[in-house]
Amino acid sequence: MRTLAIAAFTACLAILPATAQDESRITEVVSPGGITAWLVEESAIPIVTMNIEFDGGARFDEPGKEGAINLTAALIEEGAGDMDNLQFAAALEELSSSIGFGAGRDGFTVSVSSLAENIAPTLDILRVALTEPTFEADAVERVRQQVLSGLRSSANDPQSVAGKRWFAEVFGDASYATPVSGTTETVEALTRDDLVAAFDKMVGRSQMKIGVVGDINAETLATLMDDTFGSLPEGTAVEIEPVEIREQGGLVVVEMDVPQSAVVLGHKGIMRNDEDFIPAYVMNYVLGGGGLTSRLTDEVREKNGLAYSVYSYLHPLDRAGLYMGGVATANERVAKSLELIRQEWARMAEGGLTEAELESAKKYLTGAYALRFDSNAKVARFLVGAQAANLPIDYIDTRNGLVEAVTVEDVQRVAQRLLKPDDLFVVVVGKPEGLKDADSLLEGIDG
Amino acid sequence: MKRSIPKVFAALAITAGLAQAGGAQAEPVVSDFTLDNGMRAVVIEDHRAPVVTHMVWYKVGSADEPPGKTGIAHYLEHLMFKGTEKIAPGQFSKIIAENGGEDNAFTSRDYTAYFQRIAKDRLGLVMGMEADRMRNVNIRQEDIVAERDVVIEERNSRTDSDPAGRFREQFNAALYLNHAYGKPVIGWREEIESLDRDDALAMYERFYAPNNAILIVAGDVTPDEVRALADEHYAPIESVELPDNDRATEPPHLAERRLVMRDPRVAQPRMSRVYLASSYVTDEGNIAESLSLLSDILSGGPSRRLNKMLTLDTDLALYAGAYYSGMQRDAGEFGFYAAPKGDTTLTELEGAIDWMIDELLDKGITEEELARAKKAAIASQIFAADSQFSLARRYGAALTIGLELDEVQNWRERVEAVTVDDVMNAARAVLVPERSVTGYLMKTKQGAKG
Repeated sequence: MRTLAIAAFTACLAILPATAQDESRITEVVSPGGITAWLVEESAIPIVTMNIEFDGGARFDEPGKEGAINLTAALIEEGAGDMDNLQFAAALEELSSSIGFGAGRDGFTVSVSSLAENIAPTLDILRVALTEPTFEADAVERVRQQVLSGLRSSANDPQSVAGKRWFAEVFGDASYATPVSGTTETVEALTRDDLVAAFDKMVGRSQMKIGVVGDINAETLATLMDDTFGSLPEGTAVEIEPVEIREQGGLVVVEMDVPQSAVVLGHKGIMRNDEDFIPAYVMNYVLGGGGLTSRLTDEVREKNGLAYSVYSYLHPLDRAGLYMGGVATANERVAKSLELIRQEWARMAEGGLTEAELESAKKYLTGAYALRFDSNAKVARFLVGAQAANLPIDYIDTRNGLVEAVTVEDVQRVAQRLLKPDDLFVVVVGKPEGLKDADSLLEGIDG
Repeated sequence: MKRSIPKVFAALAITAGLAQAGGAQAEPVVSDFTLDNGMRAVVIEDHRAPVVTHMVWYKVGSADEPPGKTGIAHYLEHLMFKGTEKIAPGQFSKIIAENGGEDNAFTSRDYTAYFQRIAKDRLGLVMGMEADRMRNVNIRQEDIVAERDVVIEERNSRTDSDPAGRFREQFNAALYLNHAYGKPVIGWREEIESLDRDDALAMYERFYAPNNAILIVAGDVTPDEVRALADEHYAPIESVELPDNDRATEPPHLAERRLVMRDPRVAQPRMSRVYLASSYVTDEGNIAESLSLLSDILSGGPSRRLNKMLTLDTDLALYAGAYYSGMQRDAGEFGFYAAPKGDTTLTELEGAIDWMIDELLDKGITEEELARAKKAAIASQIFAADSQFSLARRYGAALTIGLELDEVQNWRERVEAVTVDDVMNAARAVLVPERSVTGYLMKTKQGAKG
């Protein structure tokens, strides 16, 4: 038994305070082999959910090989050890378990769901997947064709085209400029060697953040983590230097024959570790983050009926902070919608929030925090996200206090710092009418 | 007020092994009661977090719309957020948000449902607000036009911007010869454009009443707490006389139907085949459960018949699938879809699916295939218990379309009782060409006008 070697630190308050049950706490579990996880024991349902994020993700894609990490992640379940894809699926099915693999801009994610009684054999399948992927030629071709099909379809989806073009324009030649799934050209050119090289960078112990929720105790988890991840390579250092972001505003129109234009807009924002993050989060809730209650929704949807959905959000990546927004609106109403969005951007930058708006925002943000933790799956995602963002293990207990402490002056300062209506870079996909002002802006930039 | 004793359905552990795992339950504890005004209520206990999901489901959907008024059920759903005699215009969702809650609604063919997710001590507040707007909504003329534009933009986003969305709409219209399920839930654009306040109020007056509603509360509450709050907020609302069910019926289908839609923006062609089937409500035996298992046998994973044949053995398809949708009041649907790979034509793909169906009907399925499908179905239900919202939605939809609580509760036993013969009888009854529509979605031919 290796129980004595387990180092455990328990946060003082329960993750879900009002349940006041002893098992609902975040515990840091460090295995004898030195692997760390955050654990919330929850025995109400006989299942275990484990989420893992390996730092790096598509940031490891080399120029010309974009999409390698994505294709690699998709291929793991297509064959590992002595299992082909059918045997891999059958092994999980036998246990009623599932393991999902996904690639993101900053990380490679794994999500495991298992009946509590089957977690050990389920993680043994994960061990094989993470140490002995086979990348058989026919599987590579099959999945490559699926990815290419997805790329072809998204090339005709206004929303997808707008988002990709925005990142390409704003990030120039940084890795964030290309979509995680790559381009038709790069995906077609990827070789098996490229995938093996991508896998070697993608998976390593030093890159892991693990979150576990369910009917499992720390001792069992520690043993299983060593069994599962003990043989992984040490890991690859991940670049964290911030990348350049285009700071000048502009407009790009991509013509597409659709009745409604998709609009993606944004400019530089802040990273998650910025000391202004919480005031900015509160500000954004009022500007365009609050669903049916935000200023943008009020102006664009409720008063003018211009769109079904209009929003803004902070988008902190690991190497860049973004402040983004979007709307989808009939071609003839794009100009008016954009005008209103810019107007609200400027109004917030100049005037910030009223006391009443701030109080409403705080009531929502603090009251609704518990809604983020009402399922094991959501809690597991939080446990990984909090570690990836370097938040302290007791963050959940201090977070509402941080929101409560935000003042009107804080928001005013942050709004002035962040919101730059003239710097908004706007991509419109559709057949927008009457974008005269923006057209001249475009000429000013490209000319 | 007369109070009925809640009927509590004891949870069943899945296996002896699980039963020993700390007393964990595979099924949540669910109880129900009915108020004197006819409003039915279901309580789903989930004590993991101090929050509740509160839903009111009305038995009115797009299938209940009068002729020429497609989209009115959904449009009314939007207008229900405009306020009441007590709640000022635009304040409904703001009040919920100021109390740390989130709210929204959804409309389907058979139902319209409103929900809030909020801290458990605010359950009374949201019940009061929902009860208020059941009879006292205040729709101002000035909200009518702007909100109709919002709905048209929603239609643009969901349907008109995506060739696959328009294809689905055309496909459904072909599948139902007479029943209102053939109309799009969001409505035909031309009809949405002429909907007005009177249309919305007519639907509201007719269908929004306690005896046409189901209350679902899931979360960190007890049945007694919910009962007390429901007595306070919903019980005082008077029931109304409900109209007879006057939905059009579906005549026998005598001809297999085919449609081809071409659009310049189709980058990835695909084909669909849907058979009209029984639903969980119309089925008097176990056809629905059998079809659900059949869909897993055909496409529940890469080793299943359809996936293996089309994506591994023959290399004809990029992806393929089969599904059964049975949670509807008047009809269910059993469907297939596939996207061709490389030079494969849609006709070749369809031929392969037909070959597979013929082989299925000719040779049947094995006990082993059925056992695997049952195991997968039961496991997926255990994992589904992790989402309070999904659970609430499952119970809400089931009761609203006319299932009884024990039919939801006993689902697992009914699935376990399905035999190989049951599955084959269901397959033979449903997989009949005359009951089907086959559709091709493809790119506009070179030189043709888009």
